[in-house]
Order: sequence, then C-alpha cells, then structure tokens
Amino acid sequence: MENIIEIRDLHFAYDAEDENSEPTEVLKGIDLDIHRGEFVAVLGHNGSGKSTLAKHINAILLPTSGTVTVDGIDTKDETKLFELRQRAGMVFQNPDNQIVSSIVEEDVAFGLENMGIPYEEMRRRVDEALKAVGMYDFRLHSPSQLSGGQKQRIAIAGIIAMQPECIILDEPTAMLDPQGRREVMETVKRMNREKGITIVIITHYMDEAAQCERVVVMDKGRVVIDDTPRKVFSQVEKVKEIGLDVPQVTELCYELRKAGVSVPEDIITEEECAEALKKLFA
Amino acid sequence: MLRDITIGQYFPGDSIIHRLDPRFKIVITVIYICMLFIGSSFWCLAVGVVFTLMAMLLSKIPLKMFWKSVKPILPFLIITALLNLFLVNTGEVLFQWKFLKITEGGVNISLFMLVRITLLIMGTSILTYTTSPITLTDAIERLLSPLKKLNFPVHELAMMMSIALRFIPTLIEETDKIMSAQKARGAEIDTGSFMTRTRNMVSILVPLFISSFRRADELATAMECRCYNGGEGRTRLRQLRSAPRDYIALGVTLVFLAAAIAVSIITKTR
Repeated sequence: MENIIEIRDLHFAYDAEDENSEPTEVLKGIDLDIHRGEFVAVLGHNGSGKSTLAKHINAILLPTSGTVTVDGIDTKDETKLFELRQRAGMVFQNPDNQIVSSIVEEDVAFGLENMGIPYEEMRRRVDEALKAVGMYDFRLHSPSQLSGGQKQRIAIAGIIAMQPECIILDEPTAMLDPQGRREVMETVKRMNREKGITIVIITHYMDEAAQCERVVVMDKGRVVIDDTPRKVFSQVEKVKEIGLDVPQVTELCYELRKAGVSVPEDIITEEECAEALKKLFA
Repeated sequence: MLRDITIGQYFPGDSIIHRLDPRFKIVITVIYICMLFIGSSFWCLAVGVVFTLMAMLLSKIPLKMFWKSVKPILPFLIITALLNLFLVNTGEVLFQWKFLKITEGGVNISLFMLVRITLLIMGTSILTYTTSPITLTDAIERLLSPLKKLNFPVHELAMMMSIALRFIPTLIEETDKIMSAQKARGAEIDTGSFMTRTRNMVSILVPLFISSFRRADELATAMECRCYNGGEGRTRLRQLRSAPRDYIALGVTLVFLAAAIAVSIITKTR
C-alpha cells in the first residue's frame, strides 16, 4: 500500500536552555511509515515524544536530522508549507484554544478563508463538514454554548472542510468527559471509514487505541512496538514495562490466565471478553 | 456571578434596523452625529429627535433599554447642565442669589446640550443594540479596508478584536474557576476590607494572565496549522450584501441631514 507519511531516521532535540546544559534530545531516530487510509494510534506515557512526533508531521517542528515526508512533500520545504498543512490537518488537546471565531460555522470556515476558497465553494464545504460531524444544527451557535466533545467535533469539522488526506489528533479526548470521548472517537472513526482519511491519533487511553487498526508504542523517543492492537496488548508484560496499561478487559483476562483459568490471550474488546467468559461457564 | 456579564449590548431581534447592512448602519450613525452637531437651534434638534424616535420605534428595542443606556452618564449630564446653567451669562437675568445668576441664555444652552447629548447616546445605542459585536467588527474592517493601502493594519486589528470577543466567555469561565480554587484555599475575595480584597485579586489575576499567555500560544499554533497567513488573499464566509433597503435607509438619513442643514440656515438668517 502507498505510504502517506514517511519518517526516516528522525532526530529532534530542543535547544539547550543555557550554555552549560546539553540540548534535550526528544526523538532519537524514528522510522515510521503510515499507509494511506490507515487508522493508527500512537501510545506512550508523558515525555515519550509522541506529541513532538505529531508536531513534525505538520511542520510545526522541523527535524534536527532525518526527514519527514507527507504525501510527497518534505516538511522542510517552506514553499509548500501551506499545501502540506492543508493535506495534513491537526486537532489539538484543548478544544477552547483552537477555536478562533465566536460563531461555529465561521470557525469551520477559518481554514478555507485562509486558503482563499471562493464563497459558494466555501459555503458548500462548511455545510458538508458540519453535517459530517453531526453539528449542522449548531452552526449559528457560539462555541461557548457547546460541550467539550461538541467543540472538539467543530475543530474536526474545521479540518475536514479543508479536505485533508490525513488528520493528526494530539490527545483530542484528554480533556473530555466519557460522553465527549465517545462522540469524538465515533466521529474520527467515521471520517476514516467514509471519507478514507488517514488518521493518526495520539492518546493515552488504551481502549481508544484498541479501536484502531495499528498501534505504535513510543518510549523515550523511540518506537518500541508497532503492530495490530491485538498483538500489542497480548504482550501484557512488555507493555507494562514501558509504563503503560492494557485495556481493562485484557488486564482481566491476563490475571485470569495467571490464576490458571484458560482464556485466550488476545482479548481487547468487552464483547470478546464477555464471549470468552460465557464459554467458560457453558 | 460573573456569568451574568453580557458582551456588548447586543439585543437580538429581527427588526428592519437589525437587518440593515452593518456598514450602512455605521455610516448612518456618523451622518446622524453630524446632524446633531450641525445646528445650534432647538429646531435643528427637533429634526434629530424625530429621526431618533423613528429609529427607536423601527428597532423594536424596549424603551427601558434606552433608559439603561442613558443612566450611566446621568451624573455627567446633570453636571454639564448645571455648569451651563450657572456659567453662561447671556440674555435676560431670570434669577439671582448672591453670586449665582441664572440667565435666559444659560437655560437655553443648558437644555440644548442636555437634549443633544441624550440624543447622541440613544442614537448610537441603536447601533450597538441592533448589531452584534462580531458583525460590527467585520463591518469596521470592511469600511476601513481602503486604509490598507496606507499600511494601516486593518485586518490584524479586526482579527484581534474578534479573537478578544471570542475569548471573553472562556476567560470569564476561567476566572470563575480560579476564584473558586482560591476561595477554597482561604483567600478572601468577597469579604474583608477593600484593601484585603484588592490584594487578594492578585491571586486571581496572576494565574489568569499565565493561562492567557498559554492560550495565546496554543491558539497561534492552531491558527498556523489552518494556514493562517495574515489578511492577504483571504476570502470570507460572512458576506455583507447591501439590499435596496440599505440605500433607502441611507437616503432617508441624508434627507434628514438636509432638513437639519436647511433648518439651521433658516433659523440663522432670521
């Protein structure tokens, strides 16, 4: 399959704070390919470099060494910066700090206004994007009247309207309640399924990662595991060693197995777990 | 408690005045101000009174809202009226007590200024009552856009205005949170002497400032990610289109201005 994002031997260090201290190296040689249409979760605990990695995909940060290529565009190519950012949209953690306008539909249009899209086309794309995230009825509301999950969906609509090839979401659910988290995950999954947009979601919720096609685990600036969620989470000890958790149901089955109950190793969803337990008692 | 603060004085509605193009409304307001200041006789003001009453009725804004707009400047109005009353010494003396003297000219000018300033406030209030702050910002940006040729940062100013408007509710909410957090730690904000309360405000302002800077930083990154690159080559979702009614409104205003000028010439020659 064709790669949309190609990361080759990416190193990144923040500048030294003063002359005596060393520059802090955050990314230590990352090689990663993301295929077109994939749904990838990036996991890692605080300081693992996962957010720094995300910021490289859309040229907010530039590599100290190595290359990042998105849809054939090198992120170092300043002449193509806006083209790059149109193709790879970014959604951030705090929904409040990425909404620019006091009217929902104008916020969704912000990116298109910047790109100089003519009015008729803009109107059509804004309405389409709002319908896609299920917020069309709120188009004339003020963002301050919306819940966190709704605001995050507006932010996603603002990116969708720019018709990107891929969306990078940097912990989009970290500040939301369970209801909001569900809304956002559903929306993102639908964008991936229906529009074929490549999704890279950075998260520290294991159950969210379990819903993806592929999980990339980062630790201390390196990619340590890169596989399907099922295979990643079946390595319970290794995941725990990195300082991460596995989904609750996987943990449950792991403990059961340790206690001598025979349940499969690769359980990651609640349904599978319920099924396995039912079989035990049958 | 802070949530009750309303932003601007916008009074949502669907009257003909609400639906006028905001650019025209601003221009009309400017003409209106000229109308009030053009003549120096009561007859000129009468034209202004008719115009204001007409606009007030058409805007369907409750009368008590206009009272609310005048109320804050009431002390100022009274002081101006009193100063004029006692300090202007022209015409027949109506009343004298020691050094205080009230003359016919004083009474006239005092009343004249009172009516003029009240009309000024009420008339301009119609603009802010019938136009939301964000629309107003937009209209100002477009009206001032010729100044871009002189390198005046029109777009940047409008962008700052609209971001400020966008973040007012967010910051109010945040202030509320910080206040609760500081109260929970024993800060006296609602109680204590004026000095203690003022000193304790620092414990609210400092976190609020720090978080505002963080917000600004994050917002700037988010804007850049959405290809923001200044005002150059931007298109707009909000389209301002002038309708026949806008030209009619402008025409009516100009007729009133002409009337005010005519009246002022007639009353002068007499």
